[in-house]
Amino acid sequence: MYRYDEFDQALVEQRVSEFRDQVRRRLAGELTEDEFKILRLMNGVYLQLHAYMLRAAIPYGTLSSDQMRGLARVAQRYDRGYGHFTTRQNIQFNWIKLEEMPDTLADLASVGLHAMQTSGNCVRNITTDQWAGVAADEFEDPRIWAEILRQHSTLHPEFSFLPRKFKVAISAAAHDRAAVKVHDIGLRMVRDGAGEVGFEVIVGGGLGRTPFIGKTIKPFLHKRDFLSYIEAILRVYNQHGRRDNIYKARIKILVHELGAEKFAAEVENEWRAIKNGALALDPAVIAAVAARFSYPNYERLSDNPSALARARSEDRAFAAWFDSAVSNHRQPGYAIVTLSLKPIGGPPGDATAAQMDAIADLADRFSFGEIRVGHEQNLVLPHVAQRDLVELWQQLQMHELATPNVGLVSDIIACPGLDYCSLANARSIPVAQELTRRFRDPALARSIGRLHINISGCINACGHHHIGHIGILGVEKNGEEFYQITLGGRADEDAKLGTLLGPAVRYGEIADVIEDVVEAYVALRQRPEELFVDTVKRLGVEPFKERVYAAR
Amino acid sequence: MPLVKSGQIVEDRFVRVADGASAPDGIAVIVGGARFLAEAEVLLQRSAPIGVVWPNDRSVGALAPYLDRVALVALMFPSFRDGRGYSQARLLRERHGFRGELRATGQVLRDQFLFLLRAGFDSFEVAKDADAAAFAVSTRRFDVFYQPSGDGRATVFRQRLDRIGWGAQAR
Repeated sequence: MYRYDEFDQALVEQRVSEFRDQVRRRLAGELTEDEFKILRLMNGVYLQLHAYMLRAAIPYGTLSSDQMRGLARVAQRYDRGYGHFTTRQNIQFNWIKLEEMPDTLADLASVGLHAMQTSGNCVRNITTDQWAGVAADEFEDPRIWAEILRQHSTLHPEFSFLPRKFKVAISAAAHDRAAVKVHDIGLRMVRDGAGEVGFEVIVGGGLGRTPFIGKTIKPFLHKRDFLSYIEAILRVYNQHGRRDNIYKARIKILVHELGAEKFAAEVENEWRAIKNGALALDPAVIAAVAARFSYPNYERLSDNPSALARARSEDRAFAAWFDSAVSNHRQPGYAIVTLSLKPIGGPPGDATAAQMDAIADLADRFSFGEIRVGHEQNLVLPHVAQRDLVELWQQLQMHELATPNVGLVSDIIACPGLDYCSLANARSIPVAQELTRRFRDPALARSIGRLHINISGCINACGHHHIGHIGILGVEKNGEEFYQITLGGRADEDAKLGTLLGPAVRYGEIADVIEDVVEAYVALRQRPEELFVDTVKRLGVEPFKERVYAAR
Repeated sequence: MPLVKSGQIVEDRFVRVADGASAPDGIAVIVGGARFLAEAEVLLQRSAPIGVVWPNDRSVGALAPYLDRVALVALMFPSFRDGRGYSQARLLRERHGFRGELRATGQVLRDQFLFLLRAGFDSFEVAKDADAAAFAVSTRRFDVFYQPSGDGRATVFRQRLDRIGWGAQAR
């Protein structure tokens, strides 16, 4: 967990005071809505269908219990008692009045949180592996790098008015849980031949209406060059990224139009001119940031204590939850526990203020006061002693946070869709809710195995449908909601965009069709262990298409 | 449109000269970038200062050979959401060593002043009178800066080292 120092805290407070003045000028008519729009977006304030929405950052997905209570307070005091966790380690509040935005931001600042650059054409919240610091397969903690970059990109004097938004993700483990290949810049921590840890730099990935998997432009970047190289990428992009067409303004289009090699050469050229300047990272500067991350003081425990083993064999409900929600921790005797925010019939990623407070209390009791937010829109208690798992599970059930569906078919990622969003063409949340009801039987979900469904309500792809094992995209045809289906997408180290299954289907049919897709998979898989995404990889979408569309 | 220079609202001593018109001698003028490149040697022979308004889609590298003889470069912000001028400004100051007046022109609002200052601008054609009057307040809102830029303000990264006594060794 990173604690702000006096500089970080001062900057956040100064930013709130500046925004307070901007809101005052807007309300007094001194700023036009056009002018104000850019300013509010850079503080995470959107104008949605019904109200203003605030998107607050949860940098690299790490929250303290006090910060979670702060979010609960905001939900209670300024919103309608709940918040929505997004796919980019942010939280959104949908019903905040513009007049109360500055006080909301001040409340967030009081617990070391902010909404800076969660929107707008600037460097957005830096995301990373929600298991950072506890994953067994990690080289080192990527959050230190995310924090260094968070600071460097905050109110950057050159890159606050880029051609378009700019998203960076960092992963430091063998298995990529941060979807780095579908970000504007994806950084993978890697070890070179000499054993030194540095970064593989991937650019130009992204979803939206023109999806691309990112290209590696630097296989190994030394740590000292971390900021200077990113600065060089941003400088090339700021000058040459397209500004004539909003749909062609992301860096992926520039990389695609120039070609990755030419783009890499431009960056290299710019970088050579600045790499030995003020941005070269002194190890002491890195150490000063790292020193403000605190780590739990673990007890010496052994794995799989007898009470846990007994509960797993005797209590089927507990075993089902354990199998879906509990993951290996690097520390013996501890576990990583995912809290499902996907209750059957509920909107994905929502948490009530009461749930947030309960999670904060459980984090204090069972997880050294720490909570994580993952891109799958679930929460994580990252340091739970295995001996406490049964008790934690009982507590989570009381707060409807123990749905045994993590990583399974009803653990659906969905954008807010037409229920909230002014860009959407179709509803997302009701589709997700209906699908959770179709697959509510835990035994059925378990027999289907790991399967990610992603739903976006429009082509902007906030629900990341391209990289869902099953992707669902809402489109509009003659005023009616239709849904396109893609199969075989994935966001990990083998990232791949899904393949279109066939013609789009109506709102009333989408749940039936997805059920048919899943049934087709169960019939087509070679053995129960073959994951959905592997069956699609082996067979392509044709056999699915035949089965699903034959009856229609 | 008020001009702010060195934090004060001042009279503009430069006159803009359209591309076809002749540049009157003895008066500081600003000419377009393409004209400047075409007529540079003649224009630089004049006795009065010469300024260039440079488009934001063309590399400032083309100006490099003349920068020691140019009194002013004006960079354009056709809309305040178009941020190319920030990179151009930093390159002019930090890479090409331009020491003359660097002016921001176009849709320049108070909310950009600090970014512009940090990128190296020292004069501002401000779109609104009230924003020009608010220059001092707007540029003093922050005293914490993470990024090193040509303006030489101390960065947080550096201040942290100074605080723990590492500064001297690290430098």
